[in-house]
Amino acid sequence: MTTVAGTPRDLSKARRFGLEGRRNLTGWAFLIPAALLIGVMSFYPMVQALILSLKSGKGTNLNWAEPLWYNYERLTRDTIFVQTVKNTFVYLIIQVPVMLILALILSYLLNKKDLRFKAFWRTAIFLPCAVSLVSYSMVFRTLFATDGFVNDALLALHLVDAPVNWLNQPNTARTVIIIGLLWRWTGYNMVFYLAGLQNLDYATFEAAKIDGAGPVKTFLYVTIPQLKPMILLTAIMSTNGTLQLFDESWALTAGGPANMSKTMSHYLYDVSFRLTPQFGYGAAISYVILVLVAILAFIQMKVGDRRD
Amino acid sequence: MTRTLRNLPGYAFLTVAAVLSLFPLYFMVVSATNTSQDVLGSRLTPGTNLLQNVRDLFATADVRSAMWHSAVNAVATTLVALVVCSIAGYGFEIFHSKGKDRLMGVLLLAMMIPFAATMIPLFQLFADMGLTNSTLAVILPAVSTPFLILLFRQSSRNFPHEILEAARLDGLSELMIFARIYIPTMRSTYAAAATITFMAAWNNFLWPKVILVSPQYQTMPMLISNLTSGYVTNYGVLMLAVLLASLPTVVIFLVLQRSFAEGITGAIK
Repeated sequence: MTTVAGTPRDLSKARRFGLEGRRNLTGWAFLIPAALLIGVMSFYPMVQALILSLKSGKGTNLNWAEPLWYNYERLTRDTIFVQTVKNTFVYLIIQVPVMLILALILSYLLNKKDLRFKAFWRTAIFLPCAVSLVSYSMVFRTLFATDGFVNDALLALHLVDAPVNWLNQPNTARTVIIIGLLWRWTGYNMVFYLAGLQNLDYATFEAAKIDGAGPVKTFLYVTIPQLKPMILLTAIMSTNGTLQLFDESWALTAGGPANMSKTMSHYLYDVSFRLTPQFGYGAAISYVILVLVAILAFIQMKVGDRRD
Repeated sequence: MTRTLRNLPGYAFLTVAAVLSLFPLYFMVVSATNTSQDVLGSRLTPGTNLLQNVRDLFATADVRSAMWHSAVNAVATTLVALVVCSIAGYGFEIFHSKGKDRLMGVLLLAMMIPFAATMIPLFQLFADMGLTNSTLAVILPAVSTPFLILLFRQSSRNFPHEILEAARLDGLSELMIFARIYIPTMRSTYAAAATITFMAAWNNFLWPKVILVSPQYQTMPMLISNLTSGYVTNYGVLMLAVLLASLPTVVIFLVLQRSFAEGITGAIK
């Protein structure tokens, strides 16, 4: 059936379509600045970094590497780089699980209905998040100085016989960084779990109580399974953050002694922006970080899915 | 009675956690008033050296300029980020379409790109445009984040559709509806977004350090990290600088703690 244009019904249809179309365009206009910025500030440089990682040379004098993967091959022979990968993984493997378990326990305790001074505990444990990474690094550097507070306290308690040279021995320097990270980020993750716990059905806890489950069993079999999506999210975020650690390595231990506490990002900065910049080589390091972030996030998502 | 006793291990755990969390901050505040020797001598009571530390700090470093640059960078980042991300989140949700959903999916991928992987090309980009040392170069990589867009998109779901339709019938333009009705209604989301963006921008270290190559543009975190570059570190002065750099964010945290918590967790609901 042919319709004559201009009948009222058709007109309203056309107008509606026009209106919808216009609104759709308005929507696009609203989100284009943000999308363009992410494109230019994230995706474009990510592609550029890949291209750059295939070039070698110093300063602005960059040429295609021969062979193309030269920088990546050089990384495998670079003992400092290998050391920074090891250091970063030490931080990741020790700090992230300890921190997430502590955050889980704290959020479980804070979520109890009959807990007193709830706001105080929460604020106190969350407060370290307000301090910048460089600032807290300096505080910890002062606390852990050889003649600083921590040694004084340990000596007074007779836990050590002589002051520990915290920042100038590989293992103790790494330990101080891990302690610092735990201090700064545990409360942050706790807040995620608290938000997750608030969305949980309180009846499940009541049911566990009626079934005679103690606090430990309730925590392990009721709280943790329900928080799984949140745990997965915090695990991915913390892994991502740890692989990119820079401030602590720079300000707390200065990467020392002899690169033994230096992180990959710190070495990336050294290679790219200190002395003679080697942007190609730096870009190769940055791509190792990118690939590690992607692989570890993928593994965590797979593991998180499997237990469903 | 029995209840309190049963909770005793919990209270003990929380007390230890709270003391460990607060002690470094207490130490920072107290040490800002002490001499370097007293700081290393583990003095835990306020001293009388605050004014001398202030004089020494201002004599060795341009604190005023660093505070100013930190403030300008953080405020500019926050303002631009709020405008750009809120209007985008609004656009994604209110003018919802399949194409936009797909774009959002792509933008979310950017969350997984480590900043380290974009840093060198970003430096080259801004250097080529002659924008090193500029506020623009400091803020541009930080103003549009998938996280903030997501936060605004999620909270736009609560924006009442009746109000939207009524405003349209009244003949308000879409931009006007956003500016006059959406922004005031979503005040708490803006507070949350502003808190997390300001704190992150104020505390940012690596990117400003890379792009602000001339010392006169340095921010507080850069100034602090330079205080230990000499042969002898004055720990009282160092702790004072750390205290000054922390004051704005700690005050914001204490006043807007709820907003901050909503900000970091809001996008995932």
